[in-house]
Amino acid sequence: MSSPQARAVTEPPRGSLADRLDAINEFDREPVPPDRLQGPGSFIGLYTGEHVAGTEFVIGPLFVAHGVAARDLLLGLLVGNLLAVLSWAFIVAPIATRTRLNLYWHLRKITGPNLLFAYNIVNALMFCFLAGSMIAVAATAVGLPLGMAMPKLHDWYPNSVGWVLVVFLVGAAVTALAILGFEKIAAAGKIASPWMFLVFVAAAVAVLPRLGVESIGDFWRVAQERIWTGVPVAGISKFTFWHVMFFAWFCNMAMHIGMADMTVLRYAKRWQYGFLSAFGMYVGHFVAWLASGILCAAALGEVAPGPIAYLGAGVTGAITVVIASWTTANPTLYRAGLALQTITPNWKRWKVTLVAGAVTTAAAIFPALMMRLLDFVALYGLILMPMGAVIFADFWLLPKLGLRQRYAEWKTLLFSWPAALSWTMTLAACWAINAIWGLELFFLGLPGWFIATLLYCGLSSIQQRARVS
Amino acid sequence: MTTLLKLISLAGLGLTLVPSFLVFARVISWESHAALMLVGTVLWFVSAPFWMQQTRQQP
Repeated sequence: MSSPQARAVTEPPRGSLADRLDAINEFDREPVPPDRLQGPGSFIGLYTGEHVAGTEFVIGPLFVAHGVAARDLLLGLLVGNLLAVLSWAFIVAPIATRTRLNLYWHLRKITGPNLLFAYNIVNALMFCFLAGSMIAVAATAVGLPLGMAMPKLHDWYPNSVGWVLVVFLVGAAVTALAILGFEKIAAAGKIASPWMFLVFVAAAVAVLPRLGVESIGDFWRVAQERIWTGVPVAGISKFTFWHVMFFAWFCNMAMHIGMADMTVLRYAKRWQYGFLSAFGMYVGHFVAWLASGILCAAALGEVAPGPIAYLGAGVTGAITVVIASWTTANPTLYRAGLALQTITPNWKRWKVTLVAGAVTTAAAIFPALMMRLLDFVALYGLILMPMGAVIFADFWLLPKLGLRQRYAEWKTLLFSWPAALSWTMTLAACWAINAIWGLELFFLGLPGWFIATLLYCGLSSIQQRARVS
Repeated sequence: MTTLLKLISLAGLGLTLVPSFLVFARVISWESHAALMLVGTVLWFVSAPFWMQQTRQQP
């Protein structure tokens, strides 16, 4: 998983809804000029840092709890991560390097400012929940020396007063840091990432003897018999190769086929830099997930990140969980505040961030947010994905159909009904596919993308031909 | 000065990773590994910010 990229902003905006949105993004309206394009090193660092985050401490153990078999996990991660890299390279990067615009400005030209406002609000809520899960992760480490009762896999509600108090304290600290200077925390995150990755690896290696691995030759046998056994925890659904593959592919769906990483890849000198996302996928979403899964098995199925990291790396492990979570939660919280500011333009930035922090902390009190992180991440991507499909269809398919691109901009429309209907009808269709045929959440992104693309082409055709006639 | 800071950072990363392999090889105890990792962590965070912020530029 990755954290959203936040940027420096201007004073709180005033005026119409469009003005408010535009003021927040004032610094980013123009295409990136050629002298600001960056080489491959920047993207290797960015992707590697972003995908070794607090969420990695949760996802690996949840695969263990879902009873993934060792072979299914390895093959699923190899294939799923490859598909994610190809999505960045062939879907996001070509559009990002041709338009050189961020997601916001490009989408605004297609949807009109009013629909973009709704998209921003949905995005902000998703960011709040994502930051909330990170606060819960940090709380499992902060509560360790206090002897706090850790939430268990099936806990949806707070299991003790201690948990509520620790989450509240961590949430208050994260919010205060986001108010005081999120940029320093973001910088600390970048500095921490190489060290954090090594802590993941070291912690896993150090617990291998406890699992009975005496030599490298023992690893595969122990992996099959004691780590990824193929047997889920009672009451938890069984995951197969397909679950792992689709989860690895779609856990960053909002970023690749949802097009959010246009904001990053518009700085790339060539579209081929999209392939550099492989550094994030195979370092974070392969090695780190395997490492945290090993830690979970060594902790006899414990899934709370604090205790499992402590088991492998002692105090350093607990520190890593806190840093990994905070450096993910802070930019996420900041971005949520940025989006919410469009509703409350007269509020100071600190006040908006405080409200976002309060919502986030309230969500974090429920351990379900952490224990059902796989479902949440899948849902988060699915909800935002249709707008990525709209961008794709608008850029590549509408000209081939003889239709005009960026129609809302051309006609100065405030609201694009084809984009709005494509978004909502796709989500309704995904819900129906889930309810009628029982297709699980993790798989819905694939049919959903095709549905959104077809809907947008069809509805745009109706809209534009109706106007012409 | 930057070279010295980079060497300290490298030592920090080494102390973070290498002791775990020594635990695996049963050369040192888990407690020693945990203590050495903590030392490595301190070395990394007291040295890396000074040279990484100068050199790293990201989009």
